[in-house]
Amino acid sequence: MTYEELLTQTALVNEQIIVMTAENRALVRNLPGILGKRFIDTGITEQTMIGAATGLALRGRVPVVHALTAFLTMRAFEFVRTDVGIANLPVKLSGFIPGFLSDGNGPTHQAIEDVSLMRGIPNMAVYAPADEDDLVKMLPSIWQSSQPAYTRINTRKTSYIHADYIPGKAEVIAQGTDVTILTYGLLFEQALVAVDMLREEGLSVGLVNMRSLKPVDEQAILDVASAQLVVTLEDHFLTGGLYTIVAEVLLKYQKTANVLPFALNERWFRPALLPDVLQHEGFTGKQIAEKILGYRTESVQPQILQNEFSE
Amino acid sequence: MPGKQKSSPNSPTQYFKLMEKIALNVREHIIRMATAGGCFIGASLSAADLIVYLYARFLNVNKDNLDDPDRDYLFLSKGHDVPALYGTLVELGLLEKERLANHLSLNDHIYWHPNTHIPGIEFHSGSLGHLPSVAAGVAMDIKIRGGNNKVVCILGDGELNEGTCWEAVLVANAYKLDNLIFVVDRNQFQANIRTEELIPLEPLADKFEAFGAAVKRINGHDFNELEEAFSAYPFQKDKLNVVIADTLRGKGLPSIQERADRWFCNFSSEEVDQLLAELHGEVTTQLTSETLIVR
Repeated sequence: MTYEELLTQTALVNEQIIVMTAENRALVRNLPGILGKRFIDTGITEQTMIGAATGLALRGRVPVVHALTAFLTMRAFEFVRTDVGIANLPVKLSGFIPGFLSDGNGPTHQAIEDVSLMRGIPNMAVYAPADEDDLVKMLPSIWQSSQPAYTRINTRKTSYIHADYIPGKAEVIAQGTDVTILTYGLLFEQALVAVDMLREEGLSVGLVNMRSLKPVDEQAILDVASAQLVVTLEDHFLTGGLYTIVAEVLLKYQKTANVLPFALNERWFRPALLPDVLQHEGFTGKQIAEKILGYRTESVQPQILQNEFSE
Repeated sequence: MPGKQKSSPNSPTQYFKLMEKIALNVREHIIRMATAGGCFIGASLSAADLIVYLYARFLNVNKDNLDDPDRDYLFLSKGHDVPALYGTLVELGLLEKERLANHLSLNDHIYWHPNTHIPGIEFHSGSLGHLPSVAAGVAMDIKIRGGNNKVVCILGDGELNEGTCWEAVLVANAYKLDNLIFVVDRNQFQANIRTEELIPLEPLADKFEAFGAAVKRINGHDFNELEEAFSAYPFQKDKLNVVIADTLRGKGLPSIQERADRWFCNFSSEEVDQLLAELHGEVTTQLTSETLIVR
């Protein structure tokens, strides 16, 4: 099932759903004809879209709003915080092309502080599915909740079949004693590659798909803290994302861990097509595995699929 | 239709007299809030007649229908004028008068900007340029459901510096929101500077018209003119309604009226007593408190 199919199905049975976009229709192309007046495109006005979504929510609606994540979470930040956040309204933010998914667009379109910004808003939940299968497993619960939510939309197809989503819980893919990788979003694909390579080298490797970054599954983090090495892997600034979340949880429970972060430290990434971005920035599965090992291997990096054009 | 749901006196003249009395009481409430911490008295006094007119005469809002989806909506986007709204809600029986004494107290929610702890206040404001789009969202939902309720949003003229006000006008035009009315409290001031000296707005009616709205410009202190404008609602099918209400900042108190430095005021109790007398035309206040200029 695709994002659009799930949204269509959900909106057809739930009259409360209003689908909105700030002229970013990539995920909702067929919905105007299906939903009629319950599809609202406000044009290139992210702030006004959030304001109008607030008004619709005051009338009992559940607006599912779409825009490129950079503009949804940053251009409209104060509207999200002040109108949706303070009033704690069930506005559901669908952020398109978060993180590395903005591939060739350049730094104007890079949302790599979105997790940090959105989780800083009281009442706002933050989700980052690993791929399309994970996305459609998580969204029904996200849309059913009465709270505001931000979802890093990720419609990439992988061959991995995810477990059912339990609200607020991470998905533990594997447990290991030498290394455990904590990740979210599209880098899950590369984490799977890295795990296989590390196992080839004889390591006991764990992998956790975080899924929900707020609320975060604290137990899932505490459970892996005793591994010899904990890796946080994310397409986000080092500050404010998963690395910070892990630090907050460990501090809260007075624990410590040996943590190696993969993140963007005080810099934007070089714009290019996605496979080249990952290679250039050192985020392919092979590069991740070799950095963890500290040496080169003979393993072969599987081909990385191009991203669909997404402006 | 104006006043349809109200138990109004027979003739409009009598009703206007009643509204004048209510507006005078509201101004007394405002003056009493301009001490012990103070309030934005200038903007409250410019908007007082507008707010009284809308609640007393135009909007279908009363203490018994605040949760009714068919009620009308008023959004106070400029926010600073909330003492005028508190006072009006008291006069119309939506808010207990005693609560006004809790202005700025931790024991209540009567502070410098609107919030939904006050019965009758639909949404919080304070950050400018937000409620035009929130009001548009409410108007959109009413259109989707085929309702007849009216949605009013009061904006400050200084607030029109914010680009999101104009985005909302564009979107309201695109969605043919003729159930939405933007009322501009055109008191000519933003904080401590005249609008035309800082970021000129005129010709303001032309600007709204160019964006697709149907505009009326009136004296915002004259109930006859308010009545004439709002009786014509909806001004034009499929068009956003805009009322530019020319007003005076500090209206009713000659000693602060149209003074750039009397924006936010925190008066002594002696000044408050004199201002209350001044409101009734008895004295001219000798102002001793410091002025607040924020540049």
